[in-house]
Amino acid sequence: MADILLGARDVAIERGYRCLLKGLSLDVERGQLVQLAGANGVGKTSLLRALAGLGRFGVTGHIARPQALLYLGHLPSTKPTLTPVENLRWHPSGRVAEDDQAIVAALAAVSLTGYEETPIHHLSAGQQRRVALARLWLSTEPLWLLDEPFTAIDVLGAALLEARLVEHADQGGAVVFTSHQPNRFGDRLQVLDLTQYAA
Amino acid sequence: MPPDLWQFLWGQMRRQLRVGMSKPGEVLNPLLFFVMVVTLFPIGLGPNPERLALLAPGILWVVALLSNLTVSGRLFAADFEDGSLEQLALASHPLALTALSQVVAHWLLSGVTLTLASPLFAVMLNLPVQAIPVLMASLLLGSFSLSLVGAIGAALTVGIRRGGLLLSLLIIPLYVPILVFGVSAVSEAANVGDPMRWLALLGAFAAGGIVLAPLAIAAGLRISLDS
Amino acid sequence: MWQIIHKMGSPPWFYRFAGTVLRWALPIVLLLLVVGAVWGLLFAPPDFRQGNSYRIIFIHVPASVVALAGYYVMAFAGAVSLIWKIKMADTAMRAVAPVGAALTFIALVTGAVWGKPTWGTWWVWDARITSMLILFFLYVGVMALFEAYENKAAAAKACAVLSLVGTVNIPIIYKSVDWWYSLHQPASIKFSGASAIDSSMLYPLLLMIVAFYGLFACCVMLNMRAELLDTHRGASWLQRALLERD
Repeated sequence: MADILLGARDVAIERGYRCLLKGLSLDVERGQLVQLAGANGVGKTSLLRALAGLGRFGVTGHIARPQALLYLGHLPSTKPTLTPVENLRWHPSGRVAEDDQAIVAALAAVSLTGYEETPIHHLSAGQQRRVALARLWLSTEPLWLLDEPFTAIDVLGAALLEARLVEHADQGGAVVFTSHQPNRFGDRLQVLDLTQYAA
Repeated sequence: MPPDLWQFLWGQMRRQLRVGMSKPGEVLNPLLFFVMVVTLFPIGLGPNPERLALLAPGILWVVALLSNLTVSGRLFAADFEDGSLEQLALASHPLALTALSQVVAHWLLSGVTLTLASPLFAVMLNLPVQAIPVLMASLLLGSFSLSLVGAIGAALTVGIRRGGLLLSLLIIPLYVPILVFGVSAVSEAANVGDPMRWLALLGAFAAGGIVLAPLAIAAGLRISLDS
Repeated sequence: MWQIIHKMGSPPWFYRFAGTVLRWALPIVLLLLVVGAVWGLLFAPPDFRQGNSYRIIFIHVPASVVALAGYYVMAFAGAVSLIWKIKMADTAMRAVAPVGAALTFIALVTGAVWGKPTWGTWWVWDARITSMLILFFLYVGVMALFEAYENKAAAAKACAVLSLVGTVNIPIIYKSVDWWYSLHQPASIKFSGASAIDSSMLYPLLLMIVAFYGLFACCVMLNMRAELLDTHRGASWLQRALLERD
């Protein structure tokens, strides 16, 4: 039974009085992987943010989103003076991770075992990015909105991420992400080219 | 207030305090700034103790204002830059309350420490000793209002490069009533008058502010995040 | 009623409407200004206490009144923009700010001109003038905030929030400055007290106030039209409207 997690009807996105996209409609069901594609500047990030609920002012149209969703943007949302464990213990959406074991397991999944107590600013950029991605292993939200998750991680990280996204979709979740890169998921992936909606 | 909301706000406040105290400079520097600027006044105006005593309430309050200006700019900056603010805006909890908890945490580190240190500055400026309790009360109440107003300006300018000066321009007019009430309270106490009505006004301003300011702060944050 | 507001939100309609209104309103306003100014500055009787130097109030008081009202107009436009997301409200808000700031400046300068012969100095920190100065800062703040944002749509929203915050604070600021002043200056001559103003002075004053309101409205409409000319430069409706005039 198709269960629609995210629905958008006739959405138009504006930035600074300039219309970027219009007439966009989209349904994301459980188990789907959707990639938003298009040239630089077409409005991928703006649309993703609008779907998440961030851009309220420049958005018209109807968007139905679930109560709980996970949005990962370009910024890591980690505090540099705290350790990965301390950072992951607290999720801004309000849910506080109950036990540290899950956090340690998540860090292990992104190959950061041994770095649990190292302050973030002592980690390399790639490692910091992986800490941010570790949230995906702790997430209980069904809908994930990821902005360019495959950028700035190495090959190993990308493989881990791919596997995790597929796993999430198999478990009944859904992922919408933006990417410049070509299809990694084969038939599984639905690509939405935003150029058709450009104003 | 539902229990998980309260737990969230409390956790958020503790996290802010944790981050704020992890860099002791953030708390100490404004205090040092206060000391140094207060020192400028006797140097500039002359060491005559009677004149200093007369001007002390005004000097202390103006410097408290300036000190609040310098720290307000950084209220939301760190969270904006690392993406935490984005996440907070997406949370199911009202952004207005989250922002308020951040202002409270910030006030604990700036306004309250200033209040505790104020007797020292009062002595430096020869303020009559009987006025010191009222000074502390006025700074405690007033600094909270200053933090709220500063937060409104900070929310509107957090996305602007080098927005610190613009911030000052925006909120100094809004600071004026707090300044008037605070200085009047301390002056009255120094001259054995009636400071209570001025303290009451400070309280009223803080009470109104705590209800209305978070709405403006949340709106400002969303606008800044959007641009 | 609702229809008119809806129409005003449309740039082509507003452009035409403002053009028509300005065509007959602007001359009338200018006429009123000249009549009022001449009447007040030349023909009204001299004041019992201040002699002829009081005459500047025929400019000072209307400017102050409209400057204050203008801030509320700006905040109202901002509220409309935030709540109903009407772009024309943004344009209105942006149009009011410089006009209001200019009027506040005029009020300050004329206040100083009034002060010199009356008190002997160019600047006196009395309650009204100090409040006017703060109002000037509030206007300048809104204008500066607008310039600072790159994304102009977000800039308009930010200015709307700021104006609303200012609106709530203006009565508090006025009152606090008033109390501050009476605290430090035991009750002396109060120039704001127009309590026993004679009708021969009242009528030109009222006329000037009406004229200033009219001037304000005309300036704002001119500003809005200029803004529309700039934003919709290539639009076909604009080309047609410009051709129609000639």
